[in-house]
Amino acid sequence: MKPPAFRYERPETVDEAALLLAEHGDEAKILAGGQSLVPIMNFRLLRPAVLVDINHTVGLDGRSGQAIGATVRQRDFRGNGLVDRAMPYVGHFVTRNRGTVGGSIAHADASAELPLSLVTLGGTVTTSKGRHLAAEEFFVTHYTTLLQTDELLVETTWPAASRAGFSEFALRHGDFALSMCACSVKIESGVFVAARVGVGAVCDRPTLLDLQLEGAPGTVETAREAGARAASLVDPPGNLHASASYLKHLTSVVVSRALEQTL
Amino acid sequence: MIELRVNGLVRRGGAEPRTLLSDFLRHELGLTGTHVGCEHGVCGACTVELDGVAVRSCLLFAVQAEGREVRTVEGLEWGPMQEAFRRHHALQCGFCTPGILIAATALLERGPVSREQVIELLGGHLCRCTGYTPIVAAILEAAGEQ
Repeated sequence: MKPPAFRYERPETVDEAALLLAEHGDEAKILAGGQSLVPIMNFRLLRPAVLVDINHTVGLDGRSGQAIGATVRQRDFRGNGLVDRAMPYVGHFVTRNRGTVGGSIAHADASAELPLSLVTLGGTVTTSKGRHLAAEEFFVTHYTTLLQTDELLVETTWPAASRAGFSEFALRHGDFALSMCACSVKIESGVFVAARVGVGAVCDRPTLLDLQLEGAPGTVETAREAGARAASLVDPPGNLHASASYLKHLTSVVVSRALEQTL
Repeated sequence: MIELRVNGLVRRGGAEPRTLLSDFLRHELGLTGTHVGCEHGVCGACTVELDGVAVRSCLLFAVQAEGREVRTVEGLEWGPMQEAFRRHHALQCGFCTPGILIAATALLERGPVSREQVIELLGGHLCRCTGYTPIVAAILEAAGEQ
């Protein structure tokens, strides 16, 4: 279908963008890559009165070390061990050309790869109000974050992973995941000394699981046991494509596969 | 009224903010080679190049392309890719073909490609006729001839 009518604004600065959000409140939406927003508008599930296009807003497309500007395109975000593994699962080759890193984070789809990766790495979100929010707190529930109506995401920070793994199961490549796992672990002398394991799509937001890996040997058996434990820790509702028990099973599979990549 | 370059020519046309680039190309400029399938970014039929980068024209508003360079399937030169598609019967009804030609051309312009990369690319393009096997073969053959 076609999107409903809206007013189009193209602010030059972050301050102007924030002012537009303050002026229009819930009626305004930020337009970054548009790879999630525009489909939702085409379906007429969302009818924003004002679109604030930040593609030409100064200072949002920069990159310095681990800090990635809001409008950096997904295809240009390389060099983080976990993100490099997760990115091929984000949409498609063509949508990654346009989709932005910040847009995916602000959209906060519970089955999206970048929010899960940011939480797993212990990253942060910086906003136009100068707030630095830990990713673990930033995501509240489906499509809901700590961003206020007059606030936009300006930057995300992605700590490096010592060893990273990523696995997901979807009906088709590029489709929404049924279950997925990202992990960032440290293994010394064949033993897990630190582990952050997150799951997505089976919870209302990216969620870290305590799999009690510290001290366990870095083996395939440990990975499989951790997968079984992960399945017991999630409680996904069944959906059109998969029953709850199948989603739990898939979670055990993706967790063990992601951990096996780190061995 | 917006102005942009399409396939090397300056073009002008009327566009409301909500006019999708895909509809602008087809209805205002008469470039009907760009096809419209799903209008939510999944089928890939509307893929065009914006400033040399393959994008979904159904997920862009025409106003976002103002002053920029767009290339559609009409702007592709006939070459090894199209020849390979013909040799391998990589199209039947042809609805998905313009988007695949644009995306595959963009992929090949980035350097050598593997079979896995071609298959991953085609994950973003729905073809209901061919079963994909001939499309994969055609793109790999075109890649080999570069």
